[in-house]
Amino acid sequence: MYGNAYIDPNDKATAMTAGEDPKKLEEFEARIARGEKIEPMDWMPKEYRKQLVRMIEQHGHSEIIGALPEGTWITRAPGFRRKLALMAKVQDEVGHAQLLYSAAETLGKSREAMINDLITGKSKYSNVFNYPAFTWADACIIAWLIDAGAIINQVANAKGSYGPYCRALDRICTEESFHLKYGHDNVVTLATGTPKQREMVQAALTRWWPPIMHFFGPSDKISNHTEILMRWKVKMATNDDMRQQFLNMYVPKIWDLGLTLPDENLKKNAEGKWEYTEPDWEEFKRVINGGGPCNAERLAVRRNAEERGRWVREALNTTESKYIVPLA
Amino acid sequence: MIKSLDPRITRAEINLENTIEPLRDLDQWETYEVFHQKKRGDQHMHVGIVHAPNAEMAFIFGKEQFGRRGLSVNIWVVKTRDVYVSDYEDSDIYDTVPEKNYREAGGYKVMDKINKFKKGF
Ligand SMILES: [Fe+2]
Ligand SMILES: [Fe+2]
Repeated sequence: MYGNAYIDPNDKATAMTAGEDPKKLEEFEARIARGEKIEPMDWMPKEYRKQLVRMIEQHGHSEIIGALPEGTWITRAPGFRRKLALMAKVQDEVGHAQLLYSAAETLGKSREAMINDLITGKSKYSNVFNYPAFTWADACIIAWLIDAGAIINQVANAKGSYGPYCRALDRICTEESFHLKYGHDNVVTLATGTPKQREMVQAALTRWWPPIMHFFGPSDKISNHTEILMRWKVKMATNDDMRQQFLNMYVPKIWDLGLTLPDENLKKNAEGKWEYTEPDWEEFKRVINGGGPCNAERLAVRRNAEERGRWVREALNTTESKYIVPLA
Repeated sequence: MIKSLDPRITRAEINLENTIEPLRDLDQWETYEVFHQKKRGDQHMHVGIVHAPNAEMAFIFGKEQFGRRGLSVNIWVVKTRDVYVSDYEDSDIYDTVPEKNYREAGGYKVMDKINKFKKGF
């Protein structure tokens, strides 16, 4: 690595490609610039692989942990149809986790390693799922607005550069449209219902607003790091852009129902941009690092599921099994 | 024991401080590639992978993962390690002579010859 002597340690873009074969890097970047996808067996920079594994794996964990707050209301969903729909939605989310884990696996991290990193708390998942679903209305707000946020993120990422991730996301996005409609239908039912129902959905919305504002992550100062990830089409939109898109699409729909949001400063300005009170990023950090109301329960439930299912998986295993990295 | 908002979790009597052994290699079995046919008459298409201990379970998981919306009429599964694959690095093996219309229908135009022949008749 002769070139290292010339690298400014503060220049993240250079640090991220340090030691890579310049010719291969150039071909790789040209392929992405042409709009072609990168496939598992292609050459790729180490940092591209690392960032993608981290991102896809966390996305997978979010799907699997996200099934827990929503699952809270399966046994008490109001009515048979909603119970069926909620079970279907929760099953879809677990299916999404499997599709995403598979995409991450093609980059060389095994599913066992990903699950181990989840249950020991080494890997993160979406912060919103560390909050509880107190009432049925919380489950409805999650299905509508958290899924809405997820869709914005997933539609953007589906245009990224890594083939297996894009294909998984295309499949996922199709199913998400059902989740969104189902969630909206539930919220509308409550919001246009009895005073008690309205009160319930308003309370849930007020509770979920801060986590929803946290959903797309901290405001991003454009760093070299972001720039290179955007050039490599790993990151397709900035956190702030996605948050703006979300507010633009959903705040009017919320207000249409006569519901209010707990932020006096929330408004669209003359330039068409949404203004809001800066979310509490200290709270975000505290929760993502384990201090939220449900972090411990979520991981204990996952560990329990892995542990109690272990004997079944072992009993089914055969000695001639041999793992190789999946193809696509 | 966890006292959860979810009655199913409370009933499962889960210790909040449970520690477990890490999952070992092959805990999640090996992978199978899944192909499905959307409707009779269509070709089977690759749709993704499942982890499974054997072909029958791979079929069940594949059906659940890719066929649960009624979008498949038939599913094939095959062990990933039984698929022979070509390497993108060797993409030059697909290179061929630049001009290949000798093996396409459009490469054969007989009408000119026929018309010329008829005129001279
Ligand atoms: Fe999902
Ligand atoms: Fe969803």
